[in-house]
Amino acid sequence: MCLAIPGKIERIENIEGGDPLSRMGKINFGGILKEASLAYVPDAQVGDYVIVHVGFALSKVDEEEAHKVFDYLKEIGELGELEEAEEAAQTKETPR
Amino acid sequence: MKYLDEYRDGELAQRLAQELRRITTRPWTLMEVCGGQTHAIVKFGLDALLPEGVRLIHGPGCPVCVTPLEIIDQALVLAARPGVLFASFGDMLRVPGSTTDLLSVKAQGGDVRIVYSPLDAVRLAEQNPDREVVFFGVGFETTAPATAMAVFQAEQKGLKNFSLLVSHVLVPPAIEALMASPDCRVQGFLAAGHVCAVVGYEEYVPLAAKYRVPIVVTGFEPLDILHGILMTVKQLEEGRCEVENQYVRAVKREGNLPAQDLVRRVFSVVPRKWRGLGEIPQSGLGLAAKYAPFDAEKKFGLGTIRVEEPADCLSGRVLQGQIRPHECPAFGTRCTPEHPLGATMVSSEGACAAYYRYRRHSHEQPAATTAAVS
Ligand code: SF4
Repeated sequence: MCLAIPGKIERIENIEGGDPLSRMGKINFGGILKEASLAYVPDAQVGDYVIVHVGFALSKVDEEEAHKVFDYLKEIGELGELEEAEEAAQTKETPR
Repeated sequence: MKYLDEYRDGELAQRLAQELRRITTRPWTLMEVCGGQTHAIVKFGLDALLPEGVRLIHGPGCPVCVTPLEIIDQALVLAARPGVLFASFGDMLRVPGSTTDLLSVKAQGGDVRIVYSPLDAVRLAEQNPDREVVFFGVGFETTAPATAMAVFQAEQKGLKNFSLLVSHVLVPPAIEALMASPDCRVQGFLAAGHVCAVVGYEEYVPLAAKYRVPIVVTGFEPLDILHGILMTVKQLEEGRCEVENQYVRAVKREGNLPAQDLVRRVFSVVPRKWRGLGEIPQSGLGLAAKYAPFDAEKKFGLGTIRVEEPADCLSGRVLQGQIRPHECPAFGTRCTPEHPLGATMVSSEGACAAYYRYRRHSHEQPAATTAAVS
């Protein structure tokens, strides 16, 4: 039940009268379109990614923050690779 | 899928694990609170990547698992009642009550419907004016805003045939109860990212300070979880106990304010019993006085049912991390997902079911590696 997944807002249904609590959207989950309430993400726009749980978008995915963390993860990865490359280089150069 | 696939990269997972091994000098015991994380850890074999001595305990973070027997029994009574249309999330249907489960009630003619969202239940009430629609409102802070909206809309629409059997629970009080227990061995917590997406993580700050444990708000994908573990161990190795946020792409410090606002309007905080853990003060949500007419318990005069949890199910000890699922004598023999004795064997987020599904014979160490991370 707790599974919440990110999807992209394809369309926002403009509710007449403009009550923000009744804002609905069509969300694209890897090709599957589903309806979700956008009541709790009043500033989310078409094209934004939102995390959806039991029919409600709970938060907007912050692209910039996502990038920062991912770059950091990759950095750790590259550091590891570098160490490995150095180790490999050293073993090669060791005269037998 | 964007924001999913890249967080399952096996190569990067190995690198993170390597970094974790590099900084770890001592054994540490961490708890992941959320069942969604438990599921991912067991499914992807993340625990097999951890340095020796770093141990994960699977916490009580599965709402299906902690819904008390009494409430399940009330649900069964309601669902069997003529004229009632009982709407529930699918994973509650096989949770064993004291005698039967919702699925059997349905098979015997009870009108039990599976809904994806609480709003579907409101729609059912509109479409079936001659029936009493009861929605089974269970779940953590993540689900409460959706249930709150259902009640709010039902009230606005003037629906008289909609009500709620409510057993919502709150995570931080349960974590505090675990920390306060004298035999708590947990040294650091991975807090559930989506709960924090709603309520933020301010509430954890005093807990981290009082019990001197690091708490790291963590996402659900393999890389998120490994990153969360890395951040927690780093704090422990450096002697820090702070609240940090790994899941910055989805969680803000203050959480989701409009969602908190509606939850506060519709619900009030109440003491709540947790299956396997007993009653925890201020750990649940019940309907606020203004919405009392939507309370199924009052509407149908259910009264309190008193029941004992079956003694041969050790799920309470599993939920507190005192034993691992396969250490329960009933595991995989008298208790399987097809015939669960306890709720932790029902939901895919329950620790017993996750162990059964992904490592049937595992009395030994998990054999999986990130090769499984696809
Ligand atoms: S294996 Fe079954 S009986 Fe044992 S603790 Fe888990 S749910 Fe309960």
